[in-house]
Formats: sequence, structure tokens, C-alpha cells
Amino acid sequence: MRRILSALVLLAVLGLATFWVVTRPRPVDPGLLAGLVPDAAHGEQVFWAGGCAACHADADATGAAKLVLKGGQRFASPFGTFLAPNISNDATAGIGAWTALDLANAMLRGVSPEGSHYYPVFPYASYAKATPQDVVDLRAFLATLPADPTPSQPHEVGFPFSIRALLGGWKFLFLKTDWVVGGELSQEEARGRYLVEALGHCGECHTPRNALGGMRLGRWLAGGPVPGGQGNFPNITPAKLDWTVPDIVEYLNSGFTPSFDSAGGHMALVVQNTAHLPESDRRAIADYLKRVPPVE
Amino acid sequence: MRKAIFALTTTLLAAMPALAQDMTNPDEILTARHGYMLLLAMQLAPLGAMAKGTAPYDAAAATEAAKNLAALSGIDSSMLWVPGTEAGVLTDSSALPAIIANTADRADRFAQLKGAADALVTVAGNDVEAMKAGLGGVGAACGGCHKEYRKPD
Repeated sequence: MRRILSALVLLAVLGLATFWVVTRPRPVDPGLLAGLVPDAAHGEQVFWAGGCAACHADADATGAAKLVLKGGQRFASPFGTFLAPNISNDATAGIGAWTALDLANAMLRGVSPEGSHYYPVFPYASYAKATPQDVVDLRAFLATLPADPTPSQPHEVGFPFSIRALLGGWKFLFLKTDWVVGGELSQEEARGRYLVEALGHCGECHTPRNALGGMRLGRWLAGGPVPGGQGNFPNITPAKLDWTVPDIVEYLNSGFTPSFDSAGGHMALVVQNTAHLPESDRRAIADYLKRVPPVE
Repeated sequence: MRKAIFALTTTLLAAMPALAQDMTNPDEILTARHGYMLLLAMQLAPLGAMAKGTAPYDAAAATEAAKNLAALSGIDSSMLWVPGTEAGVLTDSSALPAIIANTADRADRFAQLKGAADALVTVAGNDVEAMKAGLGGVGAACGGCHKEYRKPD
């Protein structure tokens, strides 16, 4: 009896230790950014490619208001409603006091400066593939933006999803930095892959999710229902998206579809970002989309 | 003969209410609204083809299309936005009730579209890059309103 008991205790300790190891936040190597010189002008390109303003500015913001990243937009999900935090340059309400390494930990590992897990509604499952140079450049650009004192609001997430340690398990299962589309890619297609899979985080909406909220990579960009909302995210694999490369490029510039309808919903916000990119980047995105495996 | 004319006049007079309908049939209003949007799209089509490079750039044709767009977006379209023609009432409608209710914001959105179309008129004949930039402004105006007021697919 005592032997069984001590075996059980040992198992429990092992289980807890495994849980602790698996769920522990993993910051980046502190030397990751050593020697990188920030380029704020390029950081602006990273900013638009990353779509930061689409979630962190007011949804109806235009012009200069797009650069006031005070947060507050609500994102419904099966796990609760998440509220975009203030990431303006305010030192207390926003992220004005962050170092480039803080931003690298947030974007590449989903870890806050205090060492806790972020919810993956912040699309670090995509940003994890961003280059350290782009993170450093983005940090420099964000520092040029206005400060706003609006405090971040707490997420409305119930038990058990309110236990952030569980997110360590989520990351263990779903935080991957391999490219989804492999094989030989041209330079343009590879640039498009970086824009779609990493910065643009297109898969976060256009790829369906499993019961635990992980992207189903076997159905990469194949669309699905909007979680906690109405409607569907469209399938943008070549199986359904039959637009030409110039059609896609124009859509990402002006929002006009081939029949001169225009983007609505959250995609209208995305086009406000892609319109800021160089034409070559919009074309790279289109070239990549033609290389994505078709999924019905 | 005189009798025939009298009969015809009487018949026509009797038919007047039908001929002079005040166009309040929701289905007809929706058809007109969709037609209006399609007419806008038909002006955008040549501009878009030039922007995509699938048609050669033609300064005169681009300016003409831009002028049409400006003229169309400048009309008072309030007769197209009436209660009873919104999504949820008519199955073919994707207009959220708010676009019908918020008359002031709707007028403002159309003024934005008109402003973007006017700006496009001034640059459409310059060169293809200037035209593309102007077209982007029109697209932003379209998208801004669709984002807010159109039912998601």
C-alpha cells in the first residue's frame, strides 16, 4: 500500500513538473537582437504589413487616427471576448517603456515583459516567424507614434481559459515556426510567404481552427465560419480563389474585387494596411497565394 | 371617332394611378439600389483594368470614367435608402438597418465618395500611377461604408 502511495505521489510530482516545464513562458535569447540597427522608416512598412492598426486603433479610424493605437476593439471567440490593449507610445497605459527585446518576446514568443503568456488572439502564432530585424525596426517606428492614456481593458474570459498557464500547453501544441508552404519558391513567392504567413497573419482568420483554437494547417487558408460571429472567412486557396494575380494586387490596393464590388467587414481594415505596402509586396502576396495547395 | 378618342382618354385617365406610381415598392427600390451600385461598378471597371495593366492606359477614357463616377456619386440617392428595404426584411438586401437610419452619416459617406471621385477626375488623365492612387481613394470610400453598413457574407 505504501509503495502504491509513493508511486502515486511520484507520478503527481512528475506530472506537475512536466506541466511546469511545458507551460513555462519561454522568452527569446537576450542576445537575439545584438548588433541590429533599428530603421524606423522600414519599421513603418513592417507596421502596415503586420496590420497592427487594424486591431489596436479604433475600427472606424482613418488618416492620423489610424496611428493612435489605444486599443479597445472587441474580439469574440468560443473562449471569451478579448479586448485589444493599448499599444500606443504612452509609458504607462501603452508600451512606450518597452525595449526592442520586450517587443521580440511579445511577437516571437507571446510573452509579456512580466513573463506571462499572452492569449493567441494576439497573432504571435504568425509573428513568431518574423525576422528579428523587422521587430527592431517596428519597435523604432512605434516609438514615433502618439501616446494615448486610455487604460487597457481586461479580457472577458471565464474559467478555465482564464488560467494563463494553460497557454503554455497551447504554445507547446501550436506555436510552430516552420513555413506552411514549403518547396522551391521564387524570391517573390518567398517574400509573399513571409508577408502572408508571418507579418500579415492571414492564416489567423482564413485558416479554420480546431477545438483548442489551433490553426488546422492541413486546411491552410481554406476558410471557415467566423468564431463567435456571423458569416464565413472565405477560402483563399487556388481551389476557390480563381482571381488572377493582377486581380489580387488591385484588391489589396483599392479593395475592389474583379466585379468592382469592394471589401467589407474586417477585410476592409486589412486593405487599409496592404494599400500602404509597395506594389511589389502586394504582387508577392498574390504570387504566393497561387502557390498555396488547393483545398476544397 | 370622337367617341373613340373619349374612350381612349377615359381609359388612360383611369390607368394614371398605375403609370404615375410613386415608386415605393420595396423590391423595386432594392432593384434600383443594386442597379445604382452596378452602374458605379461599370465606371470603375475600365479604371480597374488600366490599374491592373489588363487594358492599356488611356487618359481620355480614364477621365471620362472618373467624371461619370463623380456625377453618379453626387446625385441625391436618398430615395434608394428607405425603411423596408434593409437586410432582414428583404432577403436579397445586404444593407444593414443602420445605413437606412443614420441619414446624416450616410450623406457624409456619399460626400466622401464624391470627394474621392472628384480627386480622381483631376488626376485620372495625368498618368497611370496618379490614376491608381486616385482609384485607391475611391476604393477606401467604398470600403469604409461597406465595412460599417453591409451585412457580412
